[in-house]
Order: sequence, then structure tokens, then C-alpha cells
Amino acid sequence: MSAATPLMVAEFDRAEKLADALHRLRAAGYDSVDAYTPYPVEAVEAALPPRRTVLPPIVLAGAAIGALAGWFVQYIPATTLYPIDVGGRPLNSWPAFVPIAFEIAALCAVVAGFIGFFVVTRLPRLYDPVFEVPGFDRASRDRFFLSVRATDHTKVAALLDPCRPLRLSEVAP
Amino acid sequence: MADPAPRTDSATVPVVKPGETLASITDQISALALAPRAAWPWRIGFALSLALVAVLVGAVLWLFVGGIGIWGVDIPVAWGFAIVNYVWWIAIASGGTLISAIFYLLGAEWRTAITRIAESMMLFAAACAGIFPILHLGRPWLFYWLVPYPDTMGVWPQYRSPLLWDFFAILTYVVASILFWYLGLLPDLATLRDRASTRGRRIFYGLLALGWRGSARHWRAYQTTYLLFAALMTPLVVSVHSIVGLDFAGGLTPGWHSTQFPPFFVFGAMLSGFAMVLALIIPIRHAYGLHNLITARHLDVLAKLLLTSSLTIGYAYVMETFMPFYGDDPFERATIMERLVGVHATLFWSTVALNVVLPQLLWWPRLRAQPILLFGICLAVIVGMWLERNLIVITSLTRDFLPSSWGPFHPTIWDWATLLGTVGLFLAGMFLFLRLLPMVSMFEMRELLRRHERQT
Repeated sequence: MSAATPLMVAEFDRAEKLADALHRLRAAGYDSVDAYTPYPVEAVEAALPPRRTVLPPIVLAGAAIGALAGWFVQYIPATTLYPIDVGGRPLNSWPAFVPIAFEIAALCAVVAGFIGFFVVTRLPRLYDPVFEVPGFDRASRDRFFLSVRATDHTKVAALLDPCRPLRLSEVAP
Repeated sequence: MADPAPRTDSATVPVVKPGETLASITDQISALALAPRAAWPWRIGFALSLALVAVLVGAVLWLFVGGIGIWGVDIPVAWGFAIVNYVWWIAIASGGTLISAIFYLLGAEWRTAITRIAESMMLFAAACAGIFPILHLGRPWLFYWLVPYPDTMGVWPQYRSPLLWDFFAILTYVVASILFWYLGLLPDLATLRDRASTRGRRIFYGLLALGWRGSARHWRAYQTTYLLFAALMTPLVVSVHSIVGLDFAGGLTPGWHSTQFPPFFVFGAMLSGFAMVLALIIPIRHAYGLHNLITARHLDVLAKLLLTSSLTIGYAYVMETFMPFYGDDPFERATIMERLVGVHATLFWSTVALNVVLPQLLWWPRLRAQPILLFGICLAVIVGMWLERNLIVITSLTRDFLPSSWGPFHPTIWDWATLLGTVGLFLAGMFLFLRLLPMVSMFEMRELLRRHERQT
């Protein structure tokens, strides 16, 4: 389906109905579906196409880069740029470098996770066509919505009917 | 749990009052943030806090003009109120992280209603803490020398010093806390955007919400990121307080040079953190009528945690007293004797009374159900922890290993003004938070409610 396909949006009063409706649409071959819920719902998650999240590797990479950077920013000055001889102890006094390396690793991991979150969610994006749906402001309160890209409206409406949607709307993409 | 008899105390009270719905909780919390006008008690409280902030600004400006000689610090007591207050505030901040991160990982459902208040408390307490080490530098405008960068002087920071570790620990802790807090706010900011009735507020919350629309993709990324952040914040909060402890343990001063300091400071952080969270929740719950969401169960759990932390710090006090007698350093023994029966006895026994003896009242379930009593105990513990920081920082420095250089410490009016000023800064921040942001995490409450519904 191209991006120009209109977006059909259905509103439900229960998460279970939404999950059921998603299953029906998926079974009928509609894969360009999304759900909007006021809190994370496992059943809805399970009804959507499975996706692998890339966030854990992003955070791990942040931590690894931070640990290495934190290490070298201590190792190089302490051994070559500004060596301080403390009673003949080794210049590469690595146990003393662990706390700062850990802190910088944690900092980079958190920042990487934060940036990664916005990349994965494609936020910030202040406007989205789905905001045009009447009553969509209740998606952040107590209603459950699904959106599906479809041209054949009567067929989608018939598929969704047994799940008793409160309202069906259509918005331009 | 299999109790022999049905219990009626507050441990069995549900975490949400029965009968609440997704809509009722959302409307209740968002109405508080979206109220067109602030109530007069809020205005008075905020005005008083701002007056104290003005005191802080005055004290800091005068400090910049006069230098740290305006404080009571001198040799031998070169670490005065600035370090006392820093350690006190950063310990208070820990309460937010403990509740928002550790109890999230543990899946404690009582955490949900109070996590937002606790996290916001953490931010403002950390801000107050962060001011002091910078002011204490003497030439605060050169604080960036702590950052390792290739400068023309060819000088680098001393990486083997816990004081430098502390700089990185605080930096990481504050940045991570702010990001964690904002991430947790995003779904609720979207709710406020959708509920706001005026255009100005829709734009304000709309910009802050960054276009969050609660799609499945959003929630999936949110849950993964939040879980990872919680897992990262947990070692961070322990590392921050351990490193604050190492600041002292690394110093060759009687009363400081001890391996127990890192866990000792983590215990102290737990005690002051839980005390401050409880001391804030009790009046907020009363003032905003949140009894349906913050129930007797929450107060009961926090009171138990307060009692537990009080016992851990009691253990640390016992070890601190025992170790000098187990070792054979006469100066260590002299320092502890000054505390037990000498010139610092009043300070020492007040600390023990407020932090260890008084919280023992919380063994009685009946007393844990008394909000006013709990509030009093929390304030006493917060004061007690400030006294303890005095005991550690100042009394140790007055008696060094060299009796010829012993000397007293007398705080000046500017020491007190800076302390009071940061109290004002903290309260002003909390007042702004209560006015502008949802004080209870709405979407987590909705999730909790549905989970309960399914169970029954």
C-alpha cells in the first residue's frame, strides 16, 4: 500500500476488542496497521506484526564507547601527558580509573538510549494525520484506537463490525 | 502470604481506591495541572519559597564579591556548611531514584502513585546539591577545570582523587535523572495536551509532548528504554553515594579514613531519601485530595522502608563507634570519645536520637497509620541527617592528627542564608512542578488499574 492510501481509524472502549479487531485485520491480510492506546497493552502488542527492537544494542554500544573513551581520557594524561609519580607507584594505576570510566560509560549509555528512543519512535513529530480523527484526544485517556491503510472501506467495516467499534473514521494520509 | 487471622491494618489497604476508572483517574490528575488559577495556599507557599530563593541569590552574589571568607570555613575546618549541605541534599535526592528505578525493577505496584513526586523531588534536591561544590571552589567560574580537556597550561585533573570521581558521578547522575524523568513524563504530557482547554496550554504541553500519540511503536520503544534506564539508574545511585563516601574515606582525617564509608553513605541516602519522599507525600496528598490514589498502603510501605533504613544506619553508627576501639589509633579513639562523652556529645546523641531511636516507633502498625506523626518523624529524620553530616564533616576536621592545629568552626550568617536559600530553591521547584505537571503518573495508574481489574 502506498503512503497515499487513506487511513481508516476505528475507536473501541476496551483493549480486548481492539486486540481482537487487530487479529481479524491481520488474518484478512491487512499488515499496515497500528494501534493507539492510553497505556501499553500486551494483547495489542501481540496482535501487531512482530518487530525486533534495536534499542538494547544502541544502549550497549553507548556504554562500550563511553567506557573506552572514559578509560583513554584517563590513561593517556596519567601515563604520558601529565604523569604524577606517587612514591614510585605505577603510572597506569588502573583500579583508580574504574569509577570515572564507569560513570562516563553510564552517561553515554543513557544519552544513547535517549537519542535512540527518539530515532525509533520518529519523534519529535508535532503533527500527525491521525490527530485529525474525531475524538482522538481520548486515546490518551480511556479509548483504544486502531488505524489501517485501506482503500476498500466497506470490507474493513464489515471485518471490524463483530468487535463493535464505537466509531469509524477516515482521514487523508 | 498466609496470615492466621485477617489483618485490618494499612498493609492490606489496596493501592488504588476501588471504583476508580481510566477516565476518573486521568481527569482527576490532569485537572490539577490544568486548573485555570492557582489556589491561594499554593500562591503563599510559592511566594515564601521565592523569598528564600532571593536570600540564596543575595548570599551567592555576596559570596562572589567577598570570596568564601564570608563563610565560617578556615583552617583546620576547610570543609564547612557547603560540603555538609551538599552531602545532605544529594542524599535526599536518592529517594527519587530508589523509588522510580529500583522499585520499578522489583515490580512494586505501590511505587506507581508516588513515583512522579519522588522523581521530581530528586531533581530539585540534586539541583540544590550541585550548587554547593561549585560555590565551595572559591573561584567558581573556573569549575570547568574539572573537565579533562587539552588546555594550554598542560595541566590535567588528578584522576586518582575521589573528588574528581565525584564530579563525574554527579554529572552522570543529574543528566541521567533529568532524561529518565522527562522520558517518564512524555505520555502524560500528551494527555495534558489532549485535555487542555486553552490554546496557550495546548501549545505549551503539545511542544513538551513532542507529538506523542501512544502508538504501539511508541509504547514498545518506551518500555524498552524505561527498563534500560531503570537498570542503569540503579547502579548509578549506589555509585554516587559510595563516591561521596570515598571523598571522606580518601582523606587522612580521624573519623573519615574508614572502609565503611561507601555503604554508610548509601544507608544515609536511603534514610534521608525515604524521609523526604514521605514528608512531601503526606501534605501533597492532603492538599490535593489524592487519598484515593495515595492510600494508607503507600504511607505504610514508606514508613517500613524508613524504619529499615534507620536500622541500617544504626548499624553503621555502631560500627563507626566500635572500629576505633578495635584498632589502635589514639587519634581515632579520641575523635570518637569526643563524640560519645566530649564536646561533640550533644550533636552525636541528637543524631542518634533523631535517626535511629525515634524511627523505632514505626514498628507499631497503628503509628504507621498516623500521617501527622509520620510527617513529624520524617522532618526529625531530615534534621537528624543534617546533624549527622555536620558530625562527619566538621567535628572530624576540628581535631586533626596534629593537636597544635586543632580549631573550632563557627558558621556565619552567610552559611545559614545559603542553606535556607537552597531550601527555598527546592520548595519553589516543587511548587512549580505541582502547578504545571501531572503529579501522579497517569498512564502508569491506568495500567495498574487494568491489571487489578483483570485479577478480580
